[in-house]
Amino acid sequence: MDKTFTRTFTVVGNNFTDAGKVSTEIKMILKQLGINSTIIRRVAIASYESEMNVVMYANKADISLVVSPSEIQIVVEDVGPGIPDIELAMKEGFSTATTEMREMGFGAGMGLPNIKRNADIFNIESIMGKGTKLNITVSLN
Amino acid sequence: MMEEEFRSIRIEKEICHGCMSCMRICPTHAIRVHSNKASLIKELCIDCGECVRTCEYKAILPLTSSFSEFSKFKYTIALPSPVFYSQFGKEIQPGILLEALKKIGFDDAYDVACSSEAVSIALQEYLDSNEGPRPLISPYCPTILRLIQVRYPNLLENLIPIESPMEIAAREAKRKKMQELGLSEKEIGAIYITPCPAKMISILSPPRKKHSFLDGTIAISEIYPSILQAIPQITTKNDVKEVRGLGLGWPIVGGQVASLKAEECIAIGGINDCIRILEDIENGKLRDIQYIECHSCPNACVGGSLTIENQYIARGKVLKIVEKYGSQPCQEREYIRELYRRNFFSQLGKISASPIKPLDDDISKAIQKMKQKQKILDMLPKIDCGICGAPTCETFADDVIKGLTCADECIILTVKKFESMSGNLFETAQKHSRKIKSRWEDEKK
Ligand code: SF4
Ligand code: SF4
Repeated sequence: MDKTFTRTFTVVGNNFTDAGKVSTEIKMILKQLGINSTIIRRVAIASYESEMNVVMYANKADISLVVSPSEIQIVVEDVGPGIPDIELAMKEGFSTATTEMREMGFGAGMGLPNIKRNADIFNIESIMGKGTKLNITVSLN
Repeated sequence: MMEEEFRSIRIEKEICHGCMSCMRICPTHAIRVHSNKASLIKELCIDCGECVRTCEYKAILPLTSSFSEFSKFKYTIALPSPVFYSQFGKEIQPGILLEALKKIGFDDAYDVACSSEAVSIALQEYLDSNEGPRPLISPYCPTILRLIQVRYPNLLENLIPIESPMEIAAREAKRKKMQELGLSEKEIGAIYITPCPAKMISILSPPRKKHSFLDGTIAISEIYPSILQAIPQITTKNDVKEVRGLGLGWPIVGGQVASLKAEECIAIGGINDCIRILEDIENGKLRDIQYIECHSCPNACVGGSLTIENQYIARGKVLKIVEKYGSQPCQEREYIRELYRRNFFSQLGKISASPIKPLDDDISKAIQKMKQKQKILDMLPKIDCGICGAPTCETFADDVIKGLTCADECIILTVKKFESMSGNLFETAQKHSRKIKSRWEDEKK
């Protein structure tokens, strides 16, 4: 029997009105699964930041939540421009957000480093012109 | 846990018409309607009073005390929420209303707005001297407090640990009377004149400590008629105590932050907007904000479900009252700061979480149940029609998984089942009729 629960959400780029909805749904699921609240908080921050990245920079993305008895995984696969220099993007405070975005409180350069900080395992792959894939794992043990 | 035992509302089944208005409005999906009667899932209710307000048939009753309960006290003190001052004519001064409370049977009346001003000063001190998590959240709306306990246990540490004005006022009022009259604390009853049923919960189970200094609540709407009658009897206008200070503005959205000097403070009214903000904070946003004043009611306490005056008019009156009596402080700032340093305002102890029950305590089983739930949800039309007795298709799927209802209650699922059943029936009937026909034709030959 498959021991995991999977649910996939679609996020559309530039849709700021719905930004945050997926993280809210993910949190609701984790609360119903009885996941400890400190872990929920880490997953919430990581998924919210990923969702915002998609809204700000990509065309669209599938965000999947995979929960097994031992870990939570968030997989974000976007269709978008890709990240030219991942190392640079991983630096604290680095951001390519436009002035408008920043004025709205988005893209303070918290994105990727903040996701990494809240993950136990973090993987990122990006192909220019195609898109970026994030794999965020938070362990339950 | 004890506090699960009672909530601030009760549904009278006899009066309920099963119209589902309450079920649809409840922000936490705590109401179901089965066999034409509404019922409450206590662990989900956050005492917001939306259902009390919406029920046309008055089938949902708020939990407050009754006057007869107070006969056990030797001395009673009424502590009116500052909302009380906004429920009557513009020309009626707050001080006169305190006198009116004495006329209708309380031995004394004590102004709470002045304690609100003191609490504002204490809040400022706390903001200035504590690092800790940001934004800090106001704990004075018992509904928001409970919402955090149930849905956002992560944010309990953001609640500012400063005692509420009503507790500070009750403690002070009792202390003074104990000294003056030589009574013990138990002999004095402190009764809050409340705009909403939720306040009763913070008296019955105060969030951080074992006991509240208040002994009960009476709804503003309940004493309103007798106060109206009492007002004309108050003639000694010169003896009327002056009520003043910025605390008078506490019952409207922004009343708390108005007296804080920190710029990064925001005030929110309305349970759904509060939920949105709490979601944001949980996602790590709003770290630049220092203090968030949250009210479950859109217009804060002037819009509480147990008030009489139209909330917008009441709001206007509060603004007028503040203009008239607010500019002069009723507290001496330095003295309050000294009290703050002596922990006069501190709320000690931890607030416990009361998180929603998971689908199962065992994570593997919970995952399996979540998958089942998803399966059911995929079959449902997601139109939230409510005919099944649950407010949304999603809550219905939850209920099925928890064994609280069965899938047949969904009219769409039943129709589908019936369709496939009748499809089979039709086929079987056709098969049989073909058989009979051919035999009949055989026999004819
Ligand atoms: S609002 Fe709720 S309690 Fe009131 S009659 Fe309708 S179903 Fe019953
Ligand atoms: S008081 Fe509020 S939370 Fe409780 S049942 Fe009524 S509407 Fe729902």
